[in-house]
Amino acid sequence: MPKFVDLWVYLSSTPLFGLTATMAVYVLAHALYTRLKQAPWANPVLWTVLVIAAFLLLTGVPYPTYFSGAQFIHFLLGPAVVALAWPLWQRRAELRARWSPLLLASLAGGAAAAGSSWVLGRAFGLPDDVVLSLTTKSVTAPVAMGVAEKIGGIPALAAVFAVLTGIVGALSGKYLFDLLRISTTAPGWMARGFALGTTSHGLGAARAMQVNPDAGAYAGLALGLQVVLASLLIPLVFRLI
Amino acid sequence: MNALRGFAWLLVLQSAGEMLSHGLRLPFPGPVVGLVLLLAALRFDIVRKPVAECADFLLSHLSLLFVPVGVGVMTHLGLLNAYGGRMLLVIVLSTWIGLAVSALVLRALMRRQQEERS
Repeated sequence: MPKFVDLWVYLSSTPLFGLTATMAVYVLAHALYTRLKQAPWANPVLWTVLVIAAFLLLTGVPYPTYFSGAQFIHFLLGPAVVALAWPLWQRRAELRARWSPLLLASLAGGAAAAGSSWVLGRAFGLPDDVVLSLTTKSVTAPVAMGVAEKIGGIPALAAVFAVLTGIVGALSGKYLFDLLRISTTAPGWMARGFALGTTSHGLGAARAMQVNPDAGAYAGLALGLQVVLASLLIPLVFRLI
Repeated sequence: MNALRGFAWLLVLQSAGEMLSHGLRLPFPGPVVGLVLLLAALRFDIVRKPVAECADFLLSHLSLLFVPVGVGVMTHLGLLNAYGGRMLLVIVLSTWIGLAVSALVLRALMRRQQEERS
């Protein structure tokens, strides 16, 4: 019988390992998150990422080996971005009735998030390519990677920043909105959800959908708007500077 | 079967989006062009019914799809060691600024629209 170590060396080098690890750890983290009544700090993405990254570092499995399996999940981000048309379509009546406040809020929020990360990044003395990778962090990861590449950032870093931004928004949004006295009546939930979708993209929207249906719908709408606006405007602004 | 048909539509529209984006050198990434194409195609029953089923499933598990890229943070340990604290500070502060601005602007504009109508 081959030793367990040999079997592990074999398994950890196949794509099956990365895919299995991603699914298994996420399903466990999600079960824990549900059991903990969806406490923001128990965010399943945050814990799945930390557990897998720590595991890979400890066992010495290189990231590309992990990704050779995990890419099958990563690949679904593309169709998921296309699928964002669905929540937009469902809310088309609202979009038509409120298009000017929604568009302006999306522009203002996106500009505030991108602009402040550029200003702060430079003020803190971060390298240029890091600062450029920061400016796309409010757009969902696959789009952030594409936009960052266009403006001279580092795509992989842009994706990680986007994920972190999503987690920060999902974790802290509630407390910030309470502080700003955004109400928890229907219009308040719309503003909360819209802000989460605008600033913290898919992860913020996922959180909003769990908390309140109005917030979730507006988050999905905001996410779609932000994807279209940011991928058009961010490269344009950096071309002009 | 409907969900699979929906998935096929998403892939077809993403591919069309990629071709348009590269062929015409559009500023949008391929999937974003695919989003716009799907928005136009949703008026047709043959697209809408299957896509609805697939999109609901895909979007309700959106956060899982970010895990593989998120784990990529381990390949940037050097940068994290050098700038980690400052990068995290920028991310947290500008996320709060973005959240506050979008929530407050939308609330103010919706209130004004309501007053104008009443």
